[in-house]
Amino acid sequence: MTPDLTFRAGLKDVLPTVFGYIGVGLAFGIVANTSHLSLLMVAGLSFIVYAGSAQFIITSMLVAHDPLSAILLSTFLVNSRMILMSTSLAQAFRHESLTKNLLIGSLVTDETFALAMNKQNKTNGRLSFAWQSAANVVAYLVWGLATIVGAILGSFITNPAQFGFDFALTAMFIGLVYLQLISDKHLGLTRQLLVMAFVALAYYVSLRFLNSNFALLTATVLGCFFGMELKKCH
Amino acid sequence: MSLTLPELWVILGCGAVTLLSRTLPFALVQRLQLPAGVIDFLTFVPIAIMTALCCQSLFVAHVGHWATLNLANCYAAIPATLAGIFTKSLLVVVVVGIMAMAVIRYFNLG
Repeated sequence: MTPDLTFRAGLKDVLPTVFGYIGVGLAFGIVANTSHLSLLMVAGLSFIVYAGSAQFIITSMLVAHDPLSAILLSTFLVNSRMILMSTSLAQAFRHESLTKNLLIGSLVTDETFALAMNKQNKTNGRLSFAWQSAANVVAYLVWGLATIVGAILGSFITNPAQFGFDFALTAMFIGLVYLQLISDKHLGLTRQLLVMAFVALAYYVSLRFLNSNFALLTATVLGCFFGMELKKCH
Repeated sequence: MSLTLPELWVILGCGAVTLLSRTLPFALVQRLQLPAGVIDFLTFVPIAIMTALCCQSLFVAHVGHWATLNLANCYAAIPATLAGIFTKSLLVVVVVGIMAMAVIRYFNLG
């Protein structure tokens, strides 16, 4: 990753995340197909809702015939981490117009957020509309197409996991967290390692009492407070 | 190829909820200066959320009991992490991770 913030650089930087989108997108399409969702429904979920984990949950709730209100509430809760990520990412785009801010915001995902945070470490905290849009739009299109292809292939492939593609997403976050760890000079290595250890412990403990999405949110928020306390001690 | 009315409501409703969660913070942050404490908090969001996302795939939840490790994912995480340390390239980490997982599945490890 270079400090270059052009549209072209965005296209290049987003490439590694594409594997994750294809792997999980195909998986979602296959699950949706076996849950008897139509292609139009898959396309609607991917292109209008556009939220990986929420789409899996919506699908399972549709199969269970859960009421609309419950589906909406779950979607909000699963995606509430987006509020944290958007608030964090928006700091870099304050100088841009409201329209550009809304355009960028409408396509923020875990992956493009993490990518942008890594990019900031190379550019002294700067990001550009062109770079972020390139990453966002590629991610959006690849995700949507992968889910549709998955839904079409669904009747032919029974076990997509055997090719290891489902691990692409985890591998990507491992890579992103490592690159974040070694390149964020502002927070420093030791402090970040302590925050990571705390988050892992908080996640493990929360998982006994909460489902994995709530545990993720709880561990993240507690981890941030822990980091703030660490900062006061030094 | 069809869409029932309840399905249409699910798409539009969930779409609106998700869009607002993503865009409202952008609209607010652009107009307001956030307090120093909030900004301080937000500097830890990237490392905390990325760690939690990794943990989500390394642990398996069991309601009311302690979580266990997802061994296959933990095994595949080792070569993926090493690839990151040696190459510092996201693409290499992802490709090595996928290959490691394919090998683990082939030999039924984990």
